[in-house]
Amino acid sequence: MMQNIASNRPAMIAAVIVGFFLVWELACDLLHVPNYFLPPPSAIFKEFLTAPDWYLQQCLYTLLTTMLGFGAAFAVGLIAAIGITYSKILENTLYTLLVSLNSVPKIALAPLFIIWLGTGVNSKVAVSFLIALFSIVIDTVLGLRSADPDALDLLKTMHGSPMQALIKIRIPTALPHMFAGMKISISLALVGAIAGEFVASQEGLGWVILSAQGMFQTTRVFAAIILLGVMGTVLFFLVDIAERLVCPWHVSHRTAEAKAMAQAH
Amino acid sequence: MIAVGPLPSNTKDQSFVQIRKAGKTYRSKRGDVAALKDINLDIAMSEFVSVLGPSGCGKSTLLRCLAGLDHPTSGEILIGGQKVHSPPDGLGVVFQRDVLLEWRTVIENVLLPVEVNRMNRREWEPKALQLLDLLGLRGFEGRHPWELSGGMRQRVSICRALLMNPTLLLMDEPFGALDAMTRDDLNVELQRVWMADEKTVFFVTHSITEAIFLADRVVVMSPSPGQIADIIHVDLPRPRDLAIRETPEFGLLSRRARTLFQEMGVIRGGRGDKLRVAS
Repeated sequence: MMQNIASNRPAMIAAVIVGFFLVWELACDLLHVPNYFLPPPSAIFKEFLTAPDWYLQQCLYTLLTTMLGFGAAFAVGLIAAIGITYSKILENTLYTLLVSLNSVPKIALAPLFIIWLGTGVNSKVAVSFLIALFSIVIDTVLGLRSADPDALDLLKTMHGSPMQALIKIRIPTALPHMFAGMKISISLALVGAIAGEFVASQEGLGWVILSAQGMFQTTRVFAAIILLGVMGTVLFFLVDIAERLVCPWHVSHRTAEAKAMAQAH
Repeated sequence: MIAVGPLPSNTKDQSFVQIRKAGKTYRSKRGDVAALKDINLDIAMSEFVSVLGPSGCGKSTLLRCLAGLDHPTSGEILIGGQKVHSPPDGLGVVFQRDVLLEWRTVIENVLLPVEVNRMNRREWEPKALQLLDLLGLRGFEGRHPWELSGGMRQRVSICRALLMNPTLLLMDEPFGALDAMTRDDLNVELQRVWMADEKTVFFVTHSITEAIFLADRVVVMSPSPGQIADIIHVDLPRPRDLAIRETPEFGLLSRRARTLFQEMGVIRGGRGDKLRVAS
């Protein structure tokens, strides 16, 4: 029975999550923890039910910010990475700048963006974009550079153009790396959106957390946190599904390797 | 610019491939390193030439110069009477690694040159299937490279090189990464493919047996700097089967090559050398 669950990954994940909430619920009940300190899951669920539409609206606002930030990071990151791969000048300037910029905690820039872009959605998208950009650029550059030199030579002997080398060899080679970067940056984009909302906002889950905290509505804080957790997980798995659809050769490679490893043990 | 059909063939009097005093020197901080020195070699149309030598003798550099991927620092290389600056037309190349694109199926890999030259894929598909059939890959056209064994992958890359009917086939240790039995098998198959429509083949290897088995002429190279030490004519009748390797004639040829390498010090264990046995 246990082995059946262990071999079924979704069932196992569900079991672990349900177990976690059960322990939480029981602990709050048995230890008489006050709600303002740590509310039990049942109270959080009730809180969510008091205004599901309102919570959904806050979710959508944060989701929109995250997706805009991530989308911009992807588009700009891809173009920047191609530029850096092909141009020595861009490598020396843009790449160096990006690396130095990355060592600055981007959240520290959030107040600046409020000054520059106002308190609307733009400033949050900007923070989200900036924090998500780096891993996409780094991983895409890595991927574009890891194209097989023999394959590039082969294309030259067929009189292939540099554009064909990019489209037929470099980008397909880079895809698995790009998805690795996207998996990191989708989570970071969400962090950026929340950070932006913390600084100045009238909407979104970050604002819900901050305003509820001010009034000691701990249950509401937790409701927003759980929604963020769900949102982050769903976004991550959406990227994972996209990876399976876009580069099945890589995923199947991975599972084949995993199978071989399993057999070796 | 399209790599189809024969090269300009005013080659009746002159050889198809002419390598004239070709040399290649790499500049490094510790001084110049000569990879190739004074290479003179003529290859006739439809000739199968093996280039045999130890690693570091510059045989792959020479192949890259023929492919137009690298350039000699002295001398010149002419193919079909034209000096090689960039990859010449009508070229098929097979590397030691099969260089299959993992995201493409077998047939898509074979059709890559057609696609790169922006030609009609449909028109070339029957030819691709015919080649796959010839190399024993019928039924595998829809598979992906990772589903194939090393030998099968290299067969696919040979199909890809042959697809657009190249006049010159360059092979850089194509079977070097395969196990001995697969290698024997592919040697026989390559000979069969070559005999079907005799292309000019420049075949780089470090296996004495393989070099002699396949070639009309074996160019023996010595290392640092890479020079031609000897050229061995192989007059064994074709088609050759694997058993020919045990005949006295074959033995004589391979002894000649081996002796050369012993004299160069590439192989130890000649009569004059003391065999060192690890204790």
